[in-house]
Amino acid sequence: MSQTITRSEIRHGIGSSPTRPDGAAKAAGEYAFSSDLFPDEALFGVTLRSPHQHARIISIDTSKALAIAGVFAVVTADDVPGKATYGLIASDQPVFASDVVRYIGEPVAAVAAIDEETSRRACAAIVVVYEPLEPLVDAELACQEGAASIHPDGNIIRHQHVLHGDPTVKGDVVVEHEYVIGMQDQAFLGLEAAVAFPDEDGGGVDCHVATQWLHEDRAQVAACLGLAEESVRLTLGGVGGAFGGREDISLQVHVCLLALTCGKPVRMHYDRVESFLGHVHRHPAKIWMRHHATSDGRLVNIEARFLFDGGAYASTSSAVLVNAVTHTQGPYQCPNAVVEGIVVRTNNLPCGAMRGFGVVQACFAHEQQMDRLAEKCGLSPLELRRRNAMHTGDTLVTGQVVESVAPVTECIDNLAALPMPGSTVGTHSYLLPGGAGNTTRSDNVHRGVGWAFAIKNLMYSEGFDDFSSARCRLEDGRITLKFATAEVGQGFITIAAQIARTVLGIEAVDLDTIDTNVGSAGSTSASRQTWMSGGAVDAVCRVVRERIFEHHAAASGCNPLALAVEGTDLVDTTTSERTPIEEVVRGLTIDEEVVYRHRATVHLDERGQGNCHTAFAFVGHRAVVDVDVELGLVRVVEIATAQDVGRALNPLSVTGQIEGGIAQGLGLALMEEIIQEDGRIKNPSFTDYLIPTIADMPPVVAHLIEIPDPQAPLGAKGVGEPPTISSTPAIIAAINDAIVNATGSTQKIHRVPVRPLDIVEAAYGGTAD
Amino acid sequence: MPVYLPDTTEEVLSLLAAHPNAMLLAGGTDVMVGINHQHGLRQETSIIALRNVSELSRYTIDDTASTISLGASVTWTALEEAPFVERVRCLAEAARTVGSRQIRNAGTIGGNIATASPAGDGVCALVALDAQLMLSSATGSRQIALTDFVTGPKRTSRADNEVITSVEVPIVKGWQSYAKIGVRNAMVISIAGVAVVLNTEHRSVSIALGSVGPVIIRATEAETALAQQIDWERCSISADDLDDGARLAATAASPITDHRSTAAYRKHAVQVLTKRLVQRGLRDLAERGPS
Repeated sequence: MSQTITRSEIRHGIGSSPTRPDGAAKAAGEYAFSSDLFPDEALFGVTLRSPHQHARIISIDTSKALAIAGVFAVVTADDVPGKATYGLIASDQPVFASDVVRYIGEPVAAVAAIDEETSRRACAAIVVVYEPLEPLVDAELACQEGAASIHPDGNIIRHQHVLHGDPTVKGDVVVEHEYVIGMQDQAFLGLEAAVAFPDEDGGGVDCHVATQWLHEDRAQVAACLGLAEESVRLTLGGVGGAFGGREDISLQVHVCLLALTCGKPVRMHYDRVESFLGHVHRHPAKIWMRHHATSDGRLVNIEARFLFDGGAYASTSSAVLVNAVTHTQGPYQCPNAVVEGIVVRTNNLPCGAMRGFGVVQACFAHEQQMDRLAEKCGLSPLELRRRNAMHTGDTLVTGQVVESVAPVTECIDNLAALPMPGSTVGTHSYLLPGGAGNTTRSDNVHRGVGWAFAIKNLMYSEGFDDFSSARCRLEDGRITLKFATAEVGQGFITIAAQIARTVLGIEAVDLDTIDTNVGSAGSTSASRQTWMSGGAVDAVCRVVRERIFEHHAAASGCNPLALAVEGTDLVDTTTSERTPIEEVVRGLTIDEEVVYRHRATVHLDERGQGNCHTAFAFVGHRAVVDVDVELGLVRVVEIATAQDVGRALNPLSVTGQIEGGIAQGLGLALMEEIIQEDGRIKNPSFTDYLIPTIADMPPVVAHLIEIPDPQAPLGAKGVGEPPTISSTPAIIAAINDAIVNATGSTQKIHRVPVRPLDIVEAAYGGTAD
Repeated sequence: MPVYLPDTTEEVLSLLAAHPNAMLLAGGTDVMVGINHQHGLRQETSIIALRNVSELSRYTIDDTASTISLGASVTWTALEEAPFVERVRCLAEAARTVGSRQIRNAGTIGGNIATASPAGDGVCALVALDAQLMLSSATGSRQIALTDFVTGPKRTSRADNEVITSVEVPIVKGWQSYAKIGVRNAMVISIAGVAVVLNTEHRSVSIALGSVGPVIIRATEAETALAQQIDWERCSISADDLDDGARLAATAASPITDHRSTAAYRKHAVQVLTKRLVQRGLRDLAERGPS
């Protein structure tokens, strides 16, 4: 007698690319972002901001504002019932400035009125008398001994050395240079917005807000409001991108305070200009590096100094700096290092988290150094990197052993094997440098190719208790997942359901509201949610699966340890008997919650030694550019990438992260910079803060390196940050190559974003190098 | 804030007479951005929206008289293609560099002129083409050269009760083109723009420079020098003479350094673009052969 086994398959499980649950609504323009929340009766809140870079507040007179009809409340520092300050690491940033303002745009007061126009008029009617103080604008001056302190905590936010091996070792070949990285904005399209609903008795508040980390917001908001954390309930409003810019508090305390003061719902909504003032930016940096190598190009020592301008308040500056100094060596072996990193306060815009978090700056410097070293050793850029490539088990300059899968050689070789794009000779001028500007013809163009590679830490570092929670409920044959993981566009809501389907063999997965009615998921940052919240969802689903196995075993008398889920069937592996899971779970209700933690890390010691990071991902980029060197205009023709992803849980989402990250890296390379003059932003709108358009973004060829990482819950590494990191130096390396091809000049670009004149000067002589 | 939606030019003129402080709204690509930036209009401002005035969207082409009359509400999208591209190519090319598709669908030639930005792409092309403007008010009409109309950065000689009704553009025999530099490949404000017209009938050269001065600048010395040095029979010029002409164009520029670029780069860009455009023009004319 023969038996036919029909294997069942789970649809939309791990490894497939199902449509995002919010995809159709977003494509149709029907998705409600947090700025689309217009509750009836809600007042409109507006922030009054400092026009001074550095000034003492002599007096604030709100009486004229309060006298305007329709105004419900004007609040200042005096009205903050709890802690006067907030901050992610150091609590140094005032909810409202009370004695001193430290940057142009610092909140001084907020108004709630019946509508936006009345609120703005009331804001304009607040009389603040300032006594201007000398601003501190230069990071180099800020860290000099005897520099006037602009904050009670001093100017230096963190000063960290890394001393490894024998820092006195000299190489046969030495290259050194200073690199400059401009201030980049996250430029998320969904502007800051929130709505707060006060409890009737004024004892608590509900807030719907676009954020990266609901529970951290809650802790900071509750402290400032003087409320217990459970009295502040946060729900994720629709988030239109984040990139680090929503990790800090912006309008959360203001909107909740106004709502509690007025006893009415209040909404706040920044416009683009205010958004530039209202969130932290990528740290502008000055980095000096000196690489020592043997004559055959093997690194023996790296000396480096990092100076980051943290702006007026600390935000995550100290962690950003640690990331920078601990990534000095890049994805290469280096036995010795002496590194100094300083991040300071100035009266410039506050800086903090942005995609790549300190590693963007470090990578730009170390990759330009590797190119200089290759040139000096007479090696190709790839050969030099092959000789130095890091492997699993190698030691970082912090003394930490890289236990993560470290496929650097695979990144190099796979990238090198990808075919080159064709020539653009004879194509329409729209596709050449200058694009729609009609500036350039094929005979004005020189081709360049550049390479860059990166290592990026995943998850939080330096002893941070980093965890994520998830809840799974089985009822009526359906699964409901609940978590507080901020969906900011990255697609966690898609893969969470995929994980549940594969683990449980149940296709019907619903997602509960993302809010604080469940344990914290940690921040949607540091490329951590696939690993951390993915790990939590995986773990809780496995707990539920065990309960299903026990239930089935009790009912059928089989051994629960012998049961497995295969597709949509439950299989008894001792008999090969298959039962559809939907039959097994009929009438069964299970509800579980788990907390997932990654391995412990430690704080760096004084010498910058210690296992401060959790895990690492690796990536390489090859940029092919056409450059009109005479005009200094660039057209990126193609970006190819090989990225260590561990395992692609959703290949389409991975591709989305890769393409989006590259666009942001291209932006930093070629155009994105907040330009400040005396602390005032000269380009606070998308008219002049340029981000890449479809005419700037080239085709991306992506090769995914899938070597599941045994340390990762699902073998999957975070993929969000790496694409942004080495794409920038790859483009600059390609421009340098085009300059050589055009004029023979070996002067190099050492600043991002590169400006047309920098290219002209590097090619034809000038002050660029 | 009252918004008026007249249907005819005549109604526009009487509304302007009654509300001389009214703001004229055409495509809105500058006005609406401005309103957003200042969080709304002052209460007392009234708006006269021109979208329903169909006669302002019309154009006429007179190939015999070699002129095109463009209604002030003609959009960039219209100007990009036939019948303009073969007659006023320079303007069509400028139209293609303006903003995004959505901006070009809304933005108008009259609005660009009235805004009078030194970075206005369309204005630069029209200055090279020696365009004339027609303005009307309840009390009459007048014609004025575009270069005389624009008096400074974002300043014009338009009286409060006047509306630009049309732009009169000569159809020039020869070759013309516009190029502009921005740091992005599209949808970017010009940091230097150059329009070149090679008039084979009069053997003259026109060069207009954008974003390198308070207004669009005519590089008259370069124009004269190049017109003299070009061999109009063979459509050629010596490399040295071309370099000299391009250098003269750069000399005519008086750019500033701001957040978009530096004065040095802008001058450099004017020189390179002038040289390239004249070169391209002579090459195209030579290939085209005697007409």
